[in-house]
Amino acid sequence: MPEQEQMVAIRVKVNGKEHKLQVEPRLLLVELLRENLDLTGTHIGCDTSYCGACTVLLNGKAVKSCTVLAVHADGGEVLTVEGLAKNGELHPIQKAFGDAYGLQCGYCTPGLLISTYQLLQRNANPSEKDIRKAIAGNTCRCTGYQNVFKAIKAAAKGA
Amino acid sequence: MFPRAFHYHRAGSLKEAATMLSQLGPEAKLLAGGQSLIPLMKLRFAGPPHLVDLNFIPGAAYVKQDAGGLRVGALTCHADIEDSPAAAAIPILHDCAAGIADVQIRNRGTIGGSLAEADPSGDWAPVLLTLNADVRCLGPKGERTVPISKFVVDAYTSALGEDELIIEVLIQAPPKSSGGAYIAFKRSAPVYASASAAVRLAMEDGVCRDAAIVLGAVGLTPVRALEAEAALRNNQVTAKTMEAAAEAARAAADPQPDMRGSAEYKRQLVTALVKRGLEVALKRARGEKVELSHIYA
Repeated sequence: MPEQEQMVAIRVKVNGKEHKLQVEPRLLLVELLRENLDLTGTHIGCDTSYCGACTVLLNGKAVKSCTVLAVHADGGEVLTVEGLAKNGELHPIQKAFGDAYGLQCGYCTPGLLISTYQLLQRNANPSEKDIRKAIAGNTCRCTGYQNVFKAIKAAAKGA
Repeated sequence: MFPRAFHYHRAGSLKEAATMLSQLGPEAKLLAGGQSLIPLMKLRFAGPPHLVDLNFIPGAAYVKQDAGGLRVGALTCHADIEDSPAAAAIPILHDCAAGIADVQIRNRGTIGGSLAEADPSGDWAPVLLTLNADVRCLGPKGERTVPISKFVVDAYTSALGEDELIIEVLIQAPPKSSGGAYIAFKRSAPVYASASAAVRLAMEDGVCRDAAIVLGAVGLTPVRALEAEAALRNNQVTAKTMEAAAEAARAAADPQPDMRGSAEYKRQLVTALVKRGLEVALKRARGEKVELSHIYA
């Protein structure tokens, strides 16, 4: 173990805002977001890269932020659930999840919203199979998947 | 959960990474996509004092077609192989890449990392074994090319030296009249397969001239089912010979009972996966387009 804690300087844009930070190399991206930047919308679920509650976009790609080091965001851009709404208006995906009751306890929702965001960016008209594949890495323990499907389909129509 | 504190070294090139490895000694670890290593470090199963980060090396992630075949950079993530038109020309590569774990993990995990990890349940090694791929490695003494059959040594053990890293995977395009398929069965998307099968058939006038059948997750290393291959070679590929091959594959499997299922259950899976894989490979050898993916609930 290192005698002295090494700190690494990173620059990262989160939801459009530039941050310059000194971080421990072992700091996880999800901890950087939640603890250092106070963006607690990104949740920690299983903490073992299974459940997807911590999903954020890193340089346009959905990743599980509990399994990415904060230093990996250096020079990059992160989008969290807090970055979806604009000017106090919910994002159409967020509205669709609300309208279709695509959430129960809401714990998995930030991750599902980000996975949906990535899906619809790449595929404006996803099939049932495309949706299944896109959210296979997001676990909902309330098992509200049917309404999540409805919400994603509605969001795709509205997008 | 936090990993144990470590010294962080950001490599600017593949060569620099090899130099760092040899200077830092055998306890240093390479960090590619981190989808296996970071969870292991968080659970404190691994606690390397030094990490050499490969993620900022420019030009180490690519899928390129050239005269020598398909070249895949070690740092290429599964998602980029899934989306690559060059890789799609060899359908078994798409079968594999598109089914590994889930979207988020495919966006981070790399082919080089997967091979170096040599997890007995890893998806790439069985696939690459059917294609006789080569692994290009770089160390302080220079480069060497290791056939994939020599690269996988044991569970979690590759042929890489302590100061070596993978730089590229080379895949020769299989002949036109051949077809391959990879199919894995898993309990849910993010987990490793309970069992998997990679198959390749080289056909000529309706007769199988060569066959490769490699099983994943049912042994300490991928299992090459030689008797299953022999059941097909120089024979017509019919329901009967496919059945014989699947039965021989079942006998070759050496699964451990674990939370993914009993040994007997996994052998049953092998039979079904080999049969299904052969059916698809045969269609592809005839020029049909068939979609195939990992199976999960």
